[in-house]
Amino acid sequence: MSNVKTVYKKSEGLSDFHLSYCPGCTHGVIHKLVAESLVELDLLDRTIGISSVGCSALNYDFFSCDMQQAAHGRAPAVATGIKRVKKDAIIFTYQGDGDLASIGIAEAIHAAARGENITIVFVNNAIYGMTGGQMAPTTLPGQITTTSQNGRDPETQGLPLKISELMATIPGATYVERVSVHDPKHVFKAKKALKKAFEIQRDKKGFSLIEFISTCPVNWGMTPKGAVDWAVDNLIPYYPLGVYKDKTEGIE
Amino acid sequence: MAKVLMKGNEAMALAAIKAGLDAFYGYPITPQNELPEYLSKQMPLHGRAFVQAESEVAAINMVYGAAGAGARVMTSSSSPGIALKQEGLTYIAGAELPAVIINVMRGGPGLGGIQPSQADYKQITRGGGNGDYYLYSLAPESLQEAVDLIKESFDIADYFRNPVMIAVDGLIGQMMEPVDFEREVPKWDLKPKTWAADGNRKNRKKNIINSLYLDPNDLENHNLKLKAKYDEMRDKHQRYEMINMENAEIVIVAFGSTSRISRTAIELLKEEGINCGIIRPITIYPFPQNAFNEIPESVKNILVVEMNLGQMVDDVKLHVQGRLPVHFYGRVGGIVPEAEEISDQVKKIVGGTYE
Ligand SMILES: Cc1ncc(C[n+]2csc(CCOP(=O)(O)OP(=O)(O)O)c2C)c(N)n1
Ligand code: SF4
Repeated sequence: MSNVKTVYKKSEGLSDFHLSYCPGCTHGVIHKLVAESLVELDLLDRTIGISSVGCSALNYDFFSCDMQQAAHGRAPAVATGIKRVKKDAIIFTYQGDGDLASIGIAEAIHAAARGENITIVFVNNAIYGMTGGQMAPTTLPGQITTTSQNGRDPETQGLPLKISELMATIPGATYVERVSVHDPKHVFKAKKALKKAFEIQRDKKGFSLIEFISTCPVNWGMTPKGAVDWAVDNLIPYYPLGVYKDKTEGIE
Repeated sequence: MAKVLMKGNEAMALAAIKAGLDAFYGYPITPQNELPEYLSKQMPLHGRAFVQAESEVAAINMVYGAAGAGARVMTSSSSPGIALKQEGLTYIAGAELPAVIINVMRGGPGLGGIQPSQADYKQITRGGGNGDYYLYSLAPESLQEAVDLIKESFDIADYFRNPVMIAVDGLIGQMMEPVDFEREVPKWDLKPKTWAADGNRKNRKKNIINSLYLDPNDLENHNLKLKAKYDEMRDKHQRYEMINMENAEIVIVAFGSTSRISRTAIELLKEEGINCGIIRPITIYPFPQNAFNEIPESVKNILVVEMNLGQMVDDVKLHVQGRLPVHFYGRVGGIVPEAEEISDQVKKIVGGTYE
């Protein structure tokens, strides 16, 4: 066994808890990227993560840094409260699209407006996962959910919110990028974006938000592979990937 | 130190700074605005945090965050704003965090009015948000008492790891009174906050601040642990003042500004040969039930006076348990009862003409 080499191991940014996510759900991949980024930047010991309300509510057990669980939508306010008294800590929130784009839109916008030096990990799976697949502000036109059973009707249910585009318009925001984790190439890109966000925070350069296009095979009623394909064919065209704002590179 | 003449809201803010306030998060609402306004200037000068939040909901969740990180943190508001803060308060209590909340009460329901009121008694003493929890709630009757209690309240919050509410009405917030900020207040025996999720994990295990317990057994145990704290508050930390009880034939029960006015009322009654006592709850949660076991034999009636339509009177009845008739007199809408009105009520009862 002496010539056995470790080529891959679980990040020490993750605990030994079993993740509570459904098979094929990309929440798990995003957790791995957050954990690896913090470890590689040597920030884990001074990080406080904020769990929100959604499928990721239990991730205070999954990350191995200090964690605080927040009420539905309030994670950016909780992060603000902490950051103002712990200026050298690294603070991230981990929020779904129901949490951030619906009930917590005010907290997200105003944290950006104040230029809070925090990082928001925003997981857009176009649905409310935890509560059983209801319509989210990000649900696509025509998409069937348990509260849009005839397909989301833009006439009565409006059109989906584009959070990265919206946040990029806020003068106080420093860095906003939308990424995806549907294939290895994009996973790498996503991690680069996350690391950049944490570096910006470490260097006290202000507010960052990374939006992840994510899947919910269970509530979309698809196989894991089918869900990834559906995200590529339907979500990414509506929610184009890329940097929406980066004050550090003059992209506004 | 000499006494300083200050407006109530500003004096309460300064008291919090004296207690070592690290952070204040609030949202404007009359009649408490001078409090955050004062702190917006003073906190940055002291190198401490001040944020005017986007809403009361955000403000209380900021308080939750800072409290979880181990800071001494406070918010202030008035009745409709306190209603919005209930979400954060139940999380703070559920996650067992210390925080101080000042409620400068105004009338309701709805937008109500901006004049003094005590109509939040139930909102304050029943927990207010979802779940089984309570706020240790103090109701000072003067500015000096408010300042002393605020200085102590941070210790109380730390000791119980529970939110403490300071309940005053617009009268105390707006009045000018001389205050001594250096008066000694009781010091509580406090342990270091080793539980704080403060991002300093180097030499310890990770800390988690949380109120979620999905396993029913875990949640029941958590609820029972919280109950033990409320039991300790009730058994050991009721506060009240008994005034002029010797040979009293009637007792007024009143807290905050109404108790202060009642003090004048009993002087008027003395002149007419009526001996009237006062039970003044200082904690409205825990309700000072012990006071009702100390009422002398001479007392034949109880009159509860509040600036609402009868809220604390329910607690009084609960603890008097039918031993004495309990009467009620209240003014609302922001109208503060006059001492003469109160003494007239007493005379009616004593004379037996109370309807
Ligand atoms: C105040 C409040 N309202 C509603 C809920 C119920 N609830 C729990 S999770 C959730 C939706 C979460 O959806 P999302 O943010 O998209 O995250 P996902 O589960 O899809 O990861 C809701 C509405 C709650 N816990 N608290
Ligand atoms: S319900 Fe959807 S979002 Fe939630 S864990 Fe399952 S697949 Fe993921």
